[in-house]
Amino acid sequence: MSKTLFDKVWDSHVVKHIENGPDVLFIDRHLVHEVTSPVAFLGLKNRGIKVLYPERTFATADHNTPTRNQHLPVKDPLSANQLRALEENANAHGIPYWGLGHEKNGIVHVIGPENGITLPGATIVCGDSHTSTHGAFGAIAFGIGTSEVEMVLSTQCIMQPKPKSLRININGELSKAVTPKDVALFIISKLTTSGATGYFAEYAGDVFKNMSMEGRMTVCNLSIEMGARGGMIAPDETTFEYIKEREYTPKGKDWDAAMEYWSTLYSDKNAQFDKELTFEASEIEPMITFGTNPGMGIGISEDIPLAESIEGSPATYKKSLEYMDYNEGEAMVGKPIDFVFLGSCTNGRIEDFRAFASIIKGRKKADNVTAWLVPGSHKVEAAIKEEGILDILTEAGFELREPGCSACLAMNDDKIPAGKYAVSTSNRNFEGRQGPGARTLLASPLVAAAAAVTGKVTDPRELMQEEVLA
Amino acid sequence: MAYDKFNILTSSAVPLPIENVDTDQIIPARFLKATERKGFGDNLFRDWRYNSDDTPKEQFVLNNPIYSGKILVGGKNFGSGSSREHAAWAVYDYGFRCVVSSFFADIFRNNCLNIGVLPVQVSPEFLDKIFKAIEADPKTELEINLPEQKITILASGESESFEINDYKKGNMLNGFDDIDYLLNIQEDIEKYAENTPL
Repeated sequence: MSKTLFDKVWDSHVVKHIENGPDVLFIDRHLVHEVTSPVAFLGLKNRGIKVLYPERTFATADHNTPTRNQHLPVKDPLSANQLRALEENANAHGIPYWGLGHEKNGIVHVIGPENGITLPGATIVCGDSHTSTHGAFGAIAFGIGTSEVEMVLSTQCIMQPKPKSLRININGELSKAVTPKDVALFIISKLTTSGATGYFAEYAGDVFKNMSMEGRMTVCNLSIEMGARGGMIAPDETTFEYIKEREYTPKGKDWDAAMEYWSTLYSDKNAQFDKELTFEASEIEPMITFGTNPGMGIGISEDIPLAESIEGSPATYKKSLEYMDYNEGEAMVGKPIDFVFLGSCTNGRIEDFRAFASIIKGRKKADNVTAWLVPGSHKVEAAIKEEGILDILTEAGFELREPGCSACLAMNDDKIPAGKYAVSTSNRNFEGRQGPGARTLLASPLVAAAAAVTGKVTDPRELMQEEVLA
Repeated sequence: MAYDKFNILTSSAVPLPIENVDTDQIIPARFLKATERKGFGDNLFRDWRYNSDDTPKEQFVLNNPIYSGKILVGGKNFGSGSSREHAAWAVYDYGFRCVVSSFFADIFRNNCLNIGVLPVQVSPEFLDKIFKAIEADPKTELEINLPEQKITILASGESESFEINDYKKGNMLNGFDDIDYLLNIQEDIEKYAENTPL
């Protein structure tokens, strides 16, 4: 029988199926961070049990960590307490822990792939909704709650009904300045934040085939923002090339055996999906959001839609625009901004910093803009330095911070002040997401860079044209 | 952690007729720093409920004394966004045992089921009827009958059935959790793991 890529990976991980109930799904790799794990470890303690497979478990500190002076003790006592708890729990259970200052430290969804923990055909979970990132490698990866973290720690399994399948095809060639982030924001704007709830997505077509691993990670990362449990892309040469020789990837004979399995990971020709959507690459332009959920995005040259043209509750839509202090029908281009945030598990990888640098090179940061540039990991930070990107940033008046989730969810000191506008390469523009009262415009690193040097929402294509003319 | 048993719940309800209520609204990230499951109810809907100087926002429904009860009724796509179980804990800790909506985000729904808060998904039309009934009488009572999988607006007698799989229903009725189940099949799991390389 023809199977989808998702079916192949899911079905091979079912330990037991419960009639009119969930599947017991075996989890190959479990990523743990400081915020969603302490109560789960406490649960194990109360039951008097240990982590079943510590060698399948990896812990890092990222959500509440400072992005400056990481060599000093963490000032916030609550954050420090959570970090200490993770370190103690990891040590008590024999789990590798990459805490602050460790060379492998970074955002959980950046370091998984970087170190070869993320592999095709694997099941990967983490107490974080953006675990969908790892689907870029052809893994089934999704976010779980703390009760489920406790389940995986204690039994290496979770219990979930199999989601429905959705395939999103995009063919053709992307236009200039259109990045993977724009592709994802475009899809979410078409589907809304709940359009894929109950589904697991597969991305297929030229656009994803031609995309780098970093780009695929950005797209899969944002799957949750259309409500999907996760999103995945069939592994190919690009995937294998990326993972080869990384620390935790199989080597020698094990690699050959793995390759044999990985080469079977694609949706069969006649595989049936519960839902299938197709778009053309040429439909997509650089995107920006104007509201308070990631589905409220438009092409940067478009105007904010009228309430009457929107599906869903007009009251909710108006409440959202009121929070942003925007009016329907207004243009986004030219809107003043105060902050720029480059980073997060969505866009905190080396390619994102390269893209940002390509725009700001030879320009200066606008005086009215505060910019927070936060690499996704120490390895990304090292690459930024090695490739000379740091020099470009410094020359343009920018400063590089230390790795972490930072202003994406503002659990540390990196909070956008109330009422201020931030062009942010992160993943959520919910009310108060980047700090109480903060207003977020989600966009790509190119759009963020254009805003950073002009001090307002700017179409990056304008700045790129100048370059061509020069 | 095993939780309360859920059978039949009869209670007035608190209406929140807003769509796409995300878990950052239910509990903002800055309140996720605890290492124990305690006190999250105080920060439920923190930024909708309190001003920046911690004074209550009077117009917000949780600050309006005419509304009370163990059932929270929310608009479509309730609980989207972050996987933080703290959102479900906050709902529970505040005193809610059931959330009604016409559509739930997946992870939030699972989290609720895992801690003993019953998510009840109704049709958009029935949700509208509930909001109207509460608007007409804030003390109007809903009955959530888990054994029969039925929700009823008691004043009018209007009712609708809701879905829940047999396994989760059994857990809710008996106060069991998934780990109890999984620990019982640990042999099967270990056998599977032996044949699964890292």
